[in-house]
Amino acid sequence: MSLQAELEHYRNVLIVRLRGELDHHTADVVRFKMEEAILRGSSDHVILSLKELQFMDSSGLGVILGRYKQVKSKGGKMVVCDVNPNVHRLFELSGLFKILTIHENERSAISSLEVVS
Amino acid sequence: MNGSNEMTLSFSARSENEAFARIAVAAFVSQLDPTLEELNDLKTAVSEAVTNAIIHGYESDPSCKVSIEARIEGDSVSITVSDNGRGIEDLELARQPLYTSKPELERSGMGFTIMENFMDRFEVSSMVGGGTRVAMLKRIESKKALYN
Repeated sequence: MSLQAELEHYRNVLIVRLRGELDHHTADVVRFKMEEAILRGSSDHVILSLKELQFMDSSGLGVILGRYKQVKSKGGKMVVCDVNPNVHRLFELSGLFKILTIHENERSAISSLEVVS
Repeated sequence: MNGSNEMTLSFSARSENEAFARIAVAAFVSQLDPTLEELNDLKTAVSEAVTNAIIHGYESDPSCKVSIEARIEGDSVSITVSDNGRGIEDLELARQPLYTSKPELERSGMGFTIMENFMDRFEVSSMVGGGTRVAMLKRIESKKALYN
């Protein structure tokens, strides 16, 4: 069981698509890949696309919160889309909903950011 | 099912075993015919307990062993995750939502809160230098719901 992170730059937005299982074991890869792309890339904002994320636990919350802080400190926004019910519950429980905006799909996430920038 | 059904697992404190542990428990519990949501709750709670044992109990020392005991009785499954690691000094503090002793590792501090919320019963006991034991129980209600 593993996790794949696909990164795509679209205009000034970094789209990160996670596929598989995000736990303590796989969180590091996500952290390092995203950290580098946010630091070195020219993107202002990040979209975390979770359509094919099959499993996530609190280690996933940690890495998402970490990237949120990183993006925010650069003056950007991070939004999440295609959240399944399980991930939705974790966001609710941890209060991450209060700081992250959730969108139905990538398209609506992109248009929300274009309004921002 | 008549009587109880039990299983025991013991494995190295390696992060790659977190997925193995939750999938093994899910496979064991599948005989109760749980819903996907119930199964996900169990997998998440097991993942949290095992991750805690590896990171906090053993500080990721792969020569140490994490144990899981699971027992199905009637429509319930009880799961115990234990380690012989460092133990937790202040249990009350550790159970606070968002508290973590390892913020530098980007831990969210939500492990215990998730276990408490996703399971029907949750108990943790710990001794400094003697290890930690998390005991949880969940009722699988999917069959009941089918008749309602």
